[in-house]
Amino acid sequence: MIRGRFASARNAGLLVVLVLGLASIPLWAPRFWIYIATQALIFAVFAMSLDLLLGYAGLPSFGHAAFYGVGAYACALLALRQVDGLLPLLLVGAASAALVAVPIGALSLRTTGIYFLMLTLAFAQVLWGLAVNWTSLTRGTDGLIGIPRPTLFGLDALGISLYERGAFFVLCLIVAIATFALLQVLARSPFGRTLEGIRENETRMRALGVPTFRFRFAAFVVAAAFAGVAGSLAAMSNGYATPDFLYWTASGLALVAVVVGGARSLIGPLLGAFLVLFAQLGLSTYVERWELILGALFIAFVLFVPGGLIGLVRRT
Amino acid sequence: MDLAATGVTVRFGALAALNRVDLEVVGGERRAVIGPNGAGKTTLLNVIAGELRPTEGSVRLGVHDATRLPPWRRARLGLGRTFQRSTLFSRLTVAENVALAVRARYRNGWRFWPVGDRALKEEVTRRLEAGGIAHLADRLAARLGHGERRILEIELALAVNPSALLLDEPMAGLSRDERQATLARLRSLPKDVTVVIVEHDLDAVFALAERITVLDHGVKIADGAPADVRANPRVQEVYLGAI
Amino acid sequence: MARSEANGDRLMVTGLTAGYGASVAVREVSLRVGSGEAVALLGRNGAGKTTALMAIAGAIRPSTGSVVLDGVTISGLPSHRIARLGLSLVPQGRRIFTTLSVRENLTLASRGGDLAQVYSLFEVLATRAASAGSTLSGGEQQMLAIGRALMTRPHLLLLDEPSEGLAPQVVRSLADLIARLRREVGVSILIAEQNLALAFAVADRVYVMERGEVVHEGVTGSFRDDHALQRRFLGV
Repeated sequence: MIRGRFASARNAGLLVVLVLGLASIPLWAPRFWIYIATQALIFAVFAMSLDLLLGYAGLPSFGHAAFYGVGAYACALLALRQVDGLLPLLLVGAASAALVAVPIGALSLRTTGIYFLMLTLAFAQVLWGLAVNWTSLTRGTDGLIGIPRPTLFGLDALGISLYERGAFFVLCLIVAIATFALLQVLARSPFGRTLEGIRENETRMRALGVPTFRFRFAAFVVAAAFAGVAGSLAAMSNGYATPDFLYWTASGLALVAVVVGGARSLIGPLLGAFLVLFAQLGLSTYVERWELILGALFIAFVLFVPGGLIGLVRRT
Repeated sequence: MDLAATGVTVRFGALAALNRVDLEVVGGERRAVIGPNGAGKTTLLNVIAGELRPTEGSVRLGVHDATRLPPWRRARLGLGRTFQRSTLFSRLTVAENVALAVRARYRNGWRFWPVGDRALKEEVTRRLEAGGIAHLADRLAARLGHGERRILEIELALAVNPSALLLDEPMAGLSRDERQATLARLRSLPKDVTVVIVEHDLDAVFALAERITVLDHGVKIADGAPADVRANPRVQEVYLGAI
Repeated sequence: MARSEANGDRLMVTGLTAGYGASVAVREVSLRVGSGEAVALLGRNGAGKTTALMAIAGAIRPSTGSVVLDGVTISGLPSHRIARLGLSLVPQGRRIFTTLSVRENLTLASRGGDLAQVYSLFEVLATRAASAGSTLSGGEQQMLAIGRALMTRPHLLLLDEPSEGLAPQVVRSLADLIARLRREVGVSILIAEQNLALAFAVADRVYVMERGEVVHEGVTGSFRDDHALQRRFLGV
């Protein structure tokens, strides 16, 4: 039913090559490129979570950064209060984002299409406003800084510290692969198929006895949780959490990553995330107007290559 | 499953699309609802199915008061329906369409991990053959001809094994042999499945219906055995004409 | 623009081939509709009737063949140019403007059309003139679609299964309407129909299509009486 993905051994082979290629980065790449790759992997988790919403459930959210930002702030607040376990911090990121997704989803999901898009955007901006103004909690535009890297039981014994660029990169790679795997399983599950049906024709699904609102709501919350994990990683990676994690441009960049990479494929958004990060951090050192280039690319893809990069690969 | 709509009134502003309409259908009955265009036939089906909330009146499905239930709950009680405009999963193939409908019946949508497909595939094949569309299994629904879409529409409604079936002009746009095939399909349904069919194709109506209800301008003007309805002068005047 | 031999033909279609992507739905179809004539296009679903009408009207681009309307070659022209030359299509599935009112639907398309005439033909459109298109029932929308086409004062009216969703009485009045249009206005008609009663009542000649090709052509009277032929091509 979900066409194209893993359809052949060739795809699986390509995937293995990709993972091995990524895993090898700390061995040969210059430090700055390891940094970009780390950021790209974190953003990929964020983008893949948005693909669940946009590509599979058919929900065009323009406020997904709300959950990314909430995850980052929750992680930051705890880390600054001496919570330093990796897993608790990641879980708190997921849980806090999921919690916030409940009221936002309950309200936004009553609408569809453009109205849904505007509502999600509005809610994210409200959270951004809170982050800017609730200075006692968030320190406003200064943000929460000095976030320490967490520890994971057993890493100390092996002499590995997450402050090491390579080690942190591997952590992000593991989380990205785990996210990819979990979302793939979800997409192929009855839950995923139901989401597909709701996306393709909600009226028909209703007439077949499916409580469509509940499923869309569940997808919304699950996607938020994964975005929250990405936010946690971002806070750890940067050492800070600031309001622009929540700003609409963050949601927008995630959308660009999903659309240019290829929605409804998970691997597409991962590629798209790398493209966006490359443009943002790599290209920007050479070209001042990197956003213009990215924007033009986005328009070109929407017009001429609606299937995204993955769509191009599938055609060959 | 028997079903009943009682005292149903639907008002859109000043317009009364339905005015205190009663429809009582016994379990297993084949009932046709006919009438001129704009009589409120589709509106009545939408009220029974829950897509439309009536201004007044109630709906009963079996022993349940369904008046406040959303469409999906009514479907779970055993109500299946087709729509006047085909409501298919256009970007999926015919086989995937039927598979989705069958999966909906399984009600395992809350499983987050993949499950085996073999039984599902067999059932899909069986259903495609029963509907005479097995040769179209891999065709995208959007690429189907009109008649084929109507047939798929019926197969989707049947995939949930409904105990009551609402059909909205299933014959519209079908060629002769497609009509024969669809009529045969409907007649082959289990005897305990209640069928309410809105139709303009009077050949099909008289071939299928045990009882006919006639609506005109939102009001029920006749209700009874086919022969009586046919002979009813008011029905002839507003709808049947020189039949 | 090429001019065909002057012979009173309203529509001349030669070797028309058209389809969607890789699939060919209409193959080398040739037909003609004389001035003031009504011609029916019959065939099972999937035979290519709709595609043929769409290709003639310019809604889809024919791959080969020519379509000549009143001596003017229209094949390859964009559909709005074809409409201005006097061809109007009532497509399958109504496709009216649901957010506009009945009156707006009719007047928007008007090229000097007679609103009063359309209202007298379809009374319900007069009663519901101010209602939004979306509030009309399926059959009423079909009437609106036909009325809208009439408002463009076509020389040639293409009708794709106009009886679909219409109550039997309305179908009968549709037959009368088409006869009136031919008599009073001289409109030529090309109608694709499943409803044989309507097709026979309205048309002078019939073409039968099967798998994208024209497999039979003849005068209505003889086709109507030939039940064996009907069974073969239409499964009647």
